[in-house]
Amino acid sequence: MEILVCVKRVPDSAENEISIGADGADIRRDDLVYSVNEWDNYAVEEAIQIVERVGGSVTVVAVGTADAEEVVRREMAMGATQGLLLVDEAFEGSDGLGIATILRAAAQRGQYDLILTGAQADDGAAQVGGMLAALLDWPYASLVNRIEVNAGESLRIGREIEGGSQEISEIATPCVLSIQTGLNEPRYVGIRGIRKVASVEIPMLDAAALGIAEGSVGQTGAKVQRVDYFVPQTGLGAEMLAGSTVELASQLVEILKTKGGLK
Amino acid sequence: MVAKVFIFVAHTDGKADDTAFELVTAAKRLFPGCAPVALVTGSGLDGVCQEMAAALGEVWKFDQAALAHPNAELLWPLLVKVLPAGAMLLLPHSSLGMDLGPGLSVRLGAAYLPDVVGTEASEGTTLRVIRQEFNGQVSTHLHCDASGGAVITVRSGAFPPEATGSAVGQVSDRSGDAEGLTARRTFVEVIPAEAGDIDITREEVLVAVGRGIGDQENLALAEELALAMGAALCCSRPIVDAKWLAKSRQVGTSGLTVQPKVYLALGISGSFQHLGGIKGSPLLVAINKNPNAPIFQAASVGVVADLLELLPALTEKIHQSR
Ligand SMILES: Cc1cc2nc3c(=O)[nH]c(=O)nc-3n(C[C@H](O)[C@H](O)[C@H](O)COP(=O)(O)OP(=O)(O)OC[C@H]3O[C@@H](n4cnc5c(N)ncnc54)[C@H](O)[C@@H]3O)c2cc1C
Repeated sequence: MEILVCVKRVPDSAENEISIGADGADIRRDDLVYSVNEWDNYAVEEAIQIVERVGGSVTVVAVGTADAEEVVRREMAMGATQGLLLVDEAFEGSDGLGIATILRAAAQRGQYDLILTGAQADDGAAQVGGMLAALLDWPYASLVNRIEVNAGESLRIGREIEGGSQEISEIATPCVLSIQTGLNEPRYVGIRGIRKVASVEIPMLDAAALGIAEGSVGQTGAKVQRVDYFVPQTGLGAEMLAGSTVELASQLVEILKTKGGLK
Repeated sequence: MVAKVFIFVAHTDGKADDTAFELVTAAKRLFPGCAPVALVTGSGLDGVCQEMAAALGEVWKFDQAALAHPNAELLWPLLVKVLPAGAMLLLPHSSLGMDLGPGLSVRLGAAYLPDVVGTEASEGTTLRVIRQEFNGQVSTHLHCDASGGAVITVRSGAFPPEATGSAVGQVSDRSGDAEGLTARRTFVEVIPAEAGDIDITREEVLVAVGRGIGDQENLALAEELALAMGAALCCSRPIVDAKWLAKSRQVGTSGLTVQPKVYLALGISGSFQHLGGIKGSPLLVAINKNPNAPIFQAASVGVVADLLELLPALTEKIHQSR
């Protein structure tokens, strides 16, 4: 099975406190720790496991700036067969459809049976996978948390639905699936693993190489534009306690006692 | 020109979900003066259609056995067929909305606005909405060119539900349009989530642990605290993804909905998917090292502290106070 996995380099939400720059145009990015989007890492692991079972290859692709190379290389160290970078100034400011349009061009250069994306990334939009499927006119399923390869040209998949129940379906290939976290245990990548793939060449394609018309993606092609970032003024918020560790503990015990929090 | 506005009605057991009435509010705010049409798809829909007709002037019913289980791959061809050019469609940002919305927007040539939490006055065909990024740590204003229509998914709980009972709507039976639908994805079955060793939905005092706990071995700090409090231990999703606790301990939209009196959130950032599983306005105490964590907006009491320092001290104080 030939599998393409789309990955994004994002500020690691577990490592960072996100704050907004003075003019509101962007978040402060100077000191951010970046990593591969959490959902994408599960997608790459799943692709590798499928190939380990039924054979084939895994290609990892990222749209972004040249910085995206580090996450592509990291996913190659996990065991992906090859990497691909889609980089062009003309891609900047793309909306979800723009990103999906760029990825379609990359998908059409190969003969893929399956494309995986993460269910969502740092902006929580959860849109690129479904859009890519529609652009390719392939069937799609979101929030996938189980994949079994059937004998014919189909997969048996599970989708996570409300309350943690699982909806089982059959889907024809080629198809696009967006992956939910928790469906596998992504393998650990050490320095050694990264070193092994350090000199593997990762092709970089621009708009011209991908045959993407000027203005169809990027800021000019975007129907949806982010105007600014802000922190909303919401309600009163919490009563914040202050003091030393011991003082905080005492205050909490008092509050818990009066509110029935100690049984 | 008044926009052609549609809302997609999610329903369970013959009743419209809360989201349906929240979508009505969102539609009226986004498109002042509009008369939204309710789209109801499924099998055996009379109850839901009557309910929606009491809230809106017009209901379109698509009743087919094939639609008994929501399946985005069946629904998009139907919606592409029946929606007029330039339609504005609102969906819940649910597992179905996330499945259906993005691809449908492409097929309709419409803009896509996912997980909308607020609106501002639109200007002509430019819609202006508010979204969140980074798990609610920051918000954004978006402008959207909706001249070719828009598909908009709306976060559950972000808009108050529209009061019902004022309208005498017409139900228009369009089931014929949904005849002979086929899809490249077919529904097989739903496997319910497994029950756990304890039922956190019945617990009055919950200690909830999130990714901020850092390492699996630190989990013991939260367990000891819960034991001292006489509370049950639950968690956010990353703890279940890491297989440190069972799925039956997960609170949130894709986990369980709890209704405790006291909820102690340890190293949980406060994503809407997590908070969506906490009902009944408990005393919510949040401990987080980030003073700007969104959880402090939802909490009643907040403490900015490192869990690894505060938890042992808190457990000890509780033992002393007994
Ligand atoms: C379709 C879908 C369904 C989902 N369903 C659910 C669900 O049911 N339940 C759920 O919980 N999530 C769910 N999620 C995931 C959700 O979006 C968040 O990713 C998740 O809730 C984050 O968990 P968290 O708050 O524990 O981790 P994070 O967001 O990573 O937050 C960790 C927090 O810990 C703090 N912290 C770090 N170290 C320390 C320390 N030493 N001391 C004190 N504080 C510290 C940090 O400041 C941060 O605020 C779902 C997502 C999707 C897409």
